[in-house]
Amino acid sequence: MIRGTIIVSIEICKACELCVTACPQDCLELSAQLNSKGYRYAQLKNDSCTGCINCAIVCPDSAITVYRQKKEIKSATQKIS
Amino acid sequence: METATNIDGLEVVYAKPKTLTDTPTHYCPGCGHGVVHKILMEVIEEMNIQEETIGVAPVGCAVFAYDYMNIDMQEAAHGRASAVATGVKRVLPDKYVFSYQGDGDLAAIGTGETIHTVNRGENILMLFINNGIYGMTGGQMAPTSILGMKTTTSPFGREVATMGNPLKITEMLAQLPGAYYVSRHSVHNTAAVRKLKKAISTSFKYQKEKKGTCFIEIVSNCPSGWKMTPVESNEWLEKNMFPIYPLGDIKVPKS
Repeated sequence: MIRGTIIVSIEICKACELCVTACPQDCLELSAQLNSKGYRYAQLKNDSCTGCINCAIVCPDSAITVYRQKKEIKSATQKIS
Repeated sequence: METATNIDGLEVVYAKPKTLTDTPTHYCPGCGHGVVHKILMEVIEEMNIQEETIGVAPVGCAVFAYDYMNIDMQEAAHGRASAVATGVKRVLPDKYVFSYQGDGDLAAIGTGETIHTVNRGENILMLFINNGIYGMTGGQMAPTSILGMKTTTSPFGREVATMGNPLKITEMLAQLPGAYYVSRHSVHNTAAVRKLKKAISTSFKYQKEKKGTCFIEIVSNCPSGWKMTPVESNEWLEKNMFPIYPLGDIKVPKS
């Protein structure tokens, strides 16, 4: 399975929860802590993130940066072995 | 502005576009304006036209759009964004010009300017954010409010006898000969946002070819004005707004 992760800008997040509903893997939740604006920011709750970018696309405040595993390029030697 | 870098074997696949500034937006949580700003700026970044784009900001919730978009912007008087955009485009015909207006701006006080701009077929892109309410001033009824919608100026719901029918200005503008591409989109889920991005990108291409006015309506939510949570407001939008404002292309160029 493709591995991915996200980084949420905690101070930018406004806890609208749109990313939580957009996530197909159900791996986002609102935190128990508050940021300085008083919002419960979004965070990952497990490691099932695949880096599909759905959460980042619907984020109105562009608070989410998405990372994904690099695609491995198969070389000729790898194919033989 | 700090750029996102790769971390331990993972590469960045999606980050905030560089054409947006670092200023945190003043929009309410879950507001569609933020998504539209981001998608518009993504298109400008991908087409590499940051230096050649001029935007016209409206009066309404998006009045501070010039603080968030890192491009040349001009503020216009209430409802007159399309008239200002016309002037900018005529003086600088090689630049990409867009106006960004809400429903109280474009469909109420600026109806005259809007209709005549589209009728003249000015080579601009008009973005129209329709959330059926005056968000900035505290949730008054807008021309595009749907029937039965409770606002601060229609506390028992909008009714036809005293307040009229919702104004479908996009269908109206599609009848005019100057309109080249008229389309209606939404930002309530990922698929809708992707379609909007494609439409904005197509409109800028038409503008370069000097085809005529491109008009994109975006049916959006207003969680604060509708007194709902962002997630509830998106569900309400799908259930109540889409039957009156169906998504899709209304006028496409004949191929």
